This record gives sequence, C-alpha cells and structure tokens, in this order.
Amino acid sequence: MIYDGFKAVAVLFVAAMFQVSVLSAYSPLGGAPDLVLVALIAVSLLRGSIFGAFAGFGAGFLIDTANLSTLGFTSLLLTLAGFWTGRYGETTARDRFHAPFTSVAVITVLYGIGTVALHFVLGEATPAGAYLSGLPATVLLNLLLTWPVYRFTRRLFRPLDHLDRVHEVRLLG
Amino acid sequence: MVGLVLLSLTLLTVSFRSSALDPVEGFAASVLRPFEVGANKVARPFRDAASWTHGLFNAKAENRVLTKEIEKLRRENAALTGNGNQNAQLKKQLHYVNSPTFPKDYAEIAAQVLTSPSVLDQTITILAGSRQGIAVDDVVVTNDGLVGTISKVFASESSVTLITDPSSAVRAVDEQNQAAIGMLDHGSGSTSLVLDQIGKDKLVNAGDEVITAGSQAGSRLPSLFPRNIPIGTVTSVGQIDTAIFKDIQVQPFVDLSSLETVLVLIPNQPKTPAKKTLK
Repeated sequence: MIYDGFKAVAVLFVAAMFQVSVLSAYSPLGGAPDLVLVALIAVSLLRGSIFGAFAGFGAGFLIDTANLSTLGFTSLLLTLAGFWTGRYGETTARDRFHAPFTSVAVITVLYGIGTVALHFVLGEATPAGAYLSGLPATVLLNLLLTWPVYRFTRRLFRPLDHLDRVHEVRLLG
Repeated sequence: MVGLVLLSLTLLTVSFRSSALDPVEGFAASVLRPFEVGANKVARPFRDAASWTHGLFNAKAENRVLTKEIEKLRRENAALTGNGNQNAQLKKQLHYVNSPTFPKDYAEIAAQVLTSPSVLDQTITILAGSRQGIAVDDVVVTNDGLVGTISKVFASESSVTLITDPSSAVRAVDEQNQAAIGMLDHGSGSTSLVLDQIGKDKLVNAGDEVITAGSQAGSRLPSLFPRNIPIGTVTSVGQIDTAIFKDIQVQPFVDLSSLETVLVLIPNQPKTPAKKTLK
C-alpha cells in the first residue's frame, strides 16, 4: 500500500505538471483535456474510494498551488471525484472493460458542472455558457486519453483482486 | 473522506477570505517552480515543431497580408514622424504636463510564463515576483499588446489576471476615432472582448485599432493602464434600436492562450497609495 502511495504521487505529480504547463494551453474543438482527472479516475478505479479521495486531494492541492489559485478549490472537487470513482470500482465495475470510459465520461461532466457551481457559490464571475458548450468536446478528449492512461496506470497498480486471489486450497477434513 | 472534504472546505474558506495561506502557497509554488520550468522545457520542442508547421502552411497568405501592412505602415510612419516633431515642440512651448504614457514612463521586466489560462481561469503564473520589484496592479504586456494586470505577488512568482477575465475592465479608445472612449470588458466567449459604453453617435469601424485610453485629465480615480498600449482590432460593430450603446467586438492582438514570455511594466514614479485606482 505504501508503494502504491508513492506510485500514485509520482503519476499524479507528473500529470499535474504536464497539465498546468503544457496541456492547458490547448483547447482542440473548444474542449480542455484534463490529464489529471483521467489519471485520478484510473488510480481510483484500481485502488478504491479512500485511496482515490486522498489522491484527489493531493492532486487538487498541486494544481491550485501551481496555478496560484484559491487553495482547496480543486482539492474539494477532485477529492469527491476520486472517492466516487473508487466507490464505483469497489462496488460494481472494476474489471469491466467499459468501467474507465464510463467513469471518465460521467465524472468529467460532473466535475465541469461542479467547477461552475463552485465558482458561482464563491461569487466569481464565470463564463458558464462558454465552458459548458465546450464540455462535450472535453468529454471526448478525456475519453481519448482514457485508454493509454488506464493501460499505463494498470501496469503500475496491478489489480488487487489478482494479488489477493487464493492460489491453493488446503483440505482439512 | 469526510475529513478531506472538511479540510478542502477549510482551505477554500481561509484562502478565499484572507491572505493567511499566501506564505504557504508561495513556498509550495517555489518548490514546484523547477518542475514547471522543466515541463515547459520538455514541451518546447514539440510546441516549436507545431508552430513551425502551422507557420509553413500559412506563410504565403501571411506574406501577402504583411506586405500590404508594411506599405501602409511606411506611409503612416512618414506622416507621424512630422506630426511627432511638431507635437514635441508645441508641448515644450506650452509646458504641457501629461499623465504617464507607455513606454517612456515605465521600466520593463521580462518574465517567463509558467502556466496557461483555461476557460474558467483566465489567469497565468509568471516567473517573477516581489524580488524583481513587481507589485499588485502592475500592467503586463507583450511586444504585441496588452495582456493584463498583476493580481497576486509572491517572492519569485506572480499571478496575472488577463484582460479576458470577467473581473477585468480597461478604459480603451478607438485609435482612429479618438472620441470613441469606452470600457473593454470580457465578451460572451472565454477569449472574446467587447468595447462597451460607446454611444451610438460615435463612429467606430471594423478594422479600427483599439488602444488603452489612460486616465482622464484631473481624474481622482486614475486608470491602472497607461495610454497607448495596443489592445486589439475591432472585428464587428453592431447596433440595436433598443440598446443605448454600440455592440463592438474586439479581437486582441496577443494570443493569450499561448504566452511564453511577458513584460511587466514598473512605473518609474511610485504609485500614490492614497488614491484608489479604477481599472
């Protein structure tokens, strides 16, 4: 579990740096690909809700710090995103092929709406129309990122079910 | 999970309502800085390659436009040189006192851009801070035109609010028709600008250049932006019978989505703290 923690820190740190320095400059088709969100969803699906919540909090803190924006803003949203994705993985669909794609599509939409809502709650003027009109493109771009990111993450975080699987049954009677 | 949500909410509240967490944020940002610079360096060859390819495809069309523009600018330059000399002489004779103008009354500090803006967050982080003499509300430009103002300052990093941010407003004027003075606000899109509060009787044409208007003479609320900083070109002018003002769309000269370096203007004379400033 400790090694998993280090690996999650490394993956999300690289994703966050790449996101704030490079990816945020591009908006193909009007969308904004979010590598951190996709990486977080992949990690959370493979390691569960509590791990996902901690990973989300840390990734959000990194992004807020790097952008010099309001601390806690992205942490709050990514904590919830990590927790819910992890819960989804734990309860129903960790090993199903569609799980990462479904999670990325749903969480991207919820994350987008949550971001706009939180800006409104804080009383900050927000171009909600422009942002929400680009949301379908953002979902599409995130879905394109999902397969490579999930494959890479799955290599790093081997599914727990396989490790925990009982290899031998000893007959007592 | 509940603990993390509460911690996030606490951070959000404290960070939003006060500057108590600024030292923590400043320290953490300085720790992250080398990694951001590293990521920028790694990405630069790919960006350059993309930019080179894009430039190659547009080279012929761009060449035609630029050739026309050079001819026009040569004619304008010849006329302006004579007017400039005459203006300087007349000012001297009249002992005319002007408000600070760009670029003569400002020193420039060049800074690398670390982050890019997003649709919802029209701010960027630059690699220069209070150690370099930067203060809140300093104006940020590039060689092409106006970028925004400094909104947060740490020791070696600063946050710049772009002119496309909903909270930003700039007193601006149509360079070709100097009577048309208004406020430049963000438009409906994340990167569009609107020149507002221009009456229907004022003449503004598509293709006109918009520059900062500076402060009104004797104003108690001086503008943050000195006069004569290029902002953009008027792309369309609309007029509705029921509206009081014209609907003027402006395309900024600066591509705010992909900035690499910017210039921060430091006033040669310190700002007067007693006066409040109007954006």
